Amino acid sequence: MIRSIQKMFNLQKVIPICSIMIGILFILAIFAPLIAPNDPIAVNMAYKLQPPSMDFPLGTDQLGRCNLSRILYGARISLGFAILIFVSSILIGLIVGTFSGYKGGWVDHVLMRFCDGVMAFPSLILILGLVGIFGPGLTQVILALMLVQWVYYARMFRGMVLSLKEQNFIVAARVSGSSKWKIIKNHIVPNVLPPLIVMGTLEMGWAIMDISAMSFLGLGVQAPTPEWGAMIHEGKSYIRTNPELMLYPGLIIMVVIVTFNLLGEALSERYGVKRRF
Amino acid sequence: MVTYILKRMISIIPVFLFATLLTTGMIHLSPVDPAEAYLTAAHIQPTDEILAQKRQEFGLDQPFFIQYVNSIMKICQLDFGISYVSNKPVWDEVTNRMPATIQLALGSILIAVLISVPLGFLAGVKKNSVFDHFSRLLSFIGASIPSFWFGYLLIFFFSVKLDLFPVEGTGTWQHLVLPSITLAFPLIAIYTRLLRASVLENIEEPYVLFARTRGIKEKTIMGKHVFRIAISPMITGLGMNLGKLLTGTIIVEAVFSWPGFGRYFIEAIFNRDIPVIQCYVLIAASLFIISNLLVDMIQMYIDPRISRKEGYKQ
Repeated sequence: MIRSIQKMFNLQKVIPICSIMIGILFILAIFAPLIAPNDPIAVNMAYKLQPPSMDFPLGTDQLGRCNLSRILYGARISLGFAILIFVSSILIGLIVGTFSGYKGGWVDHVLMRFCDGVMAFPSLILILGLVGIFGPGLTQVILALMLVQWVYYARMFRGMVLSLKEQNFIVAARVSGSSKWKIIKNHIVPNVLPPLIVMGTLEMGWAIMDISAMSFLGLGVQAPTPEWGAMIHEGKSYIRTNPELMLYPGLIIMVVIVTFNLLGEALSERYGVKRRF
Repeated sequence: MVTYILKRMISIIPVFLFATLLTTGMIHLSPVDPAEAYLTAAHIQPTDEILAQKRQEFGLDQPFFIQYVNSIMKICQLDFGISYVSNKPVWDEVTNRMPATIQLALGSILIAVLISVPLGFLAGVKKNSVFDHFSRLLSFIGASIPSFWFGYLLIFFFSVKLDLFPVEGTGTWQHLVLPSITLAFPLIAIYTRLLRASVLENIEEPYVLFARTRGIKEKTIMGKHVFRIAISPMITGLGMNLGKLLTGTIIVEAVFSWPGFGRYFIEAIFNRDIPVIQCYVLIAASLFIISNLLVDMIQMYIDPRISRKEGYKQ
């Protein structure tokens, strides 16, 4: 067993295996309507809390809804919104960070002090505070996550721009008359990509965890939309009679997060990027 | 050393101001009118007259800057306003619920330290042993498992199947065991990892080689020399993760129906009880800032080079 764990940490294998797993996950999420055997929100009290059968491969929940279909549809919410948060926070971070680092001066100072202020607090407290003020709901949770996450990217990009700015090839490009935007586009962005991929992979894991945690608390996705965290929340009342209601969604969350974390770690080792705790 | 502490204390002030600005500003950005939220929470039919009266009472008709200064003055007197739901001062409500949360947090810190210190230390000393792989696997799972699900797993195995611990609630020490473990697990993951990395780094240092050439027993080197220095990043970790611990209590309290501060906060979000939300965010932020300060001081006590380094910088 120890040998197998040792092999698991082997870089050459972790990256393709995890990438394939993530690919499969995305395919499952995108084609959920075609794959899912049943309607995930169709209530049928006659079939409530059924054991696994041909019609319901993972059984049914307290309202007679197909567990497998709900998990498949849940993947759309978790992965879809994790991607949305990831892409938008990177975009904001990229724009603000590169701008701030490249421009320097008071603009840089003001922007970075703001980032410091946000980073001074644990991100979940800020997210919960924002959700608290704006009210529960998926849109609010997603917005709050975006508003907090971009700061880390902005900081990262700024740091990179500052160290890159003085490099010879940038100086050469500037001397030969390239415009600022051209330098940013052609020389700085490609150099920034590897750490970005690492951070992004880890970020996906965090985002999925945060979205499901919020839904578990009842602040994110509202019933009857299928979402993994919300499913655990609904399944907890049946822990004595039907523990599988809370076991399945939890297991899938863990597998997804483990995959993203493993991939992120392997990538960070490969590219030699330091990860933040 | 004293100047260093004073400097660090002063550096808190802007962060605190930023936190209050954020909480006051948030309410202005919010689509919900506090006066209306109050009336809904108190089950009063809102009319224009009552709304106007409440707005005046909350000081919402004044300019933002004056509101901001007023709120800072009040916060300094520990006056966080009156809860919309219970009509009692928020501070009293919070202090009623704080002990339960502190109990939980202390329990989990204790568990986390008791497990991760030996685990991380031995994993670092005996790199690539079975033990090391076990600790890496454990810290990996700890970082990836959603704590709400882990809590239910514990309930399922230890309460439902084995009937060893109560499912939820408070009272005896048995009630504290499962919630503390749930809260401690992600911390164990982080601390084990931190300590392992720190031990590995320190073993490469020249002082270890020197001690070895002097013929000091390996056990003494590791136990007395390496351990003392390697533990230092863990103290930083302990302080840095206090925020994580606080947000962790929200989820753990929801899982185990623990009557603490975190659950109160979630209830407040549902009831749109804005003063409570503000108070929570501020307390969380202050706790985070103060714990970081304390950690810095402890570190300086352990390793006086830090304050001298700071001195050089300035």
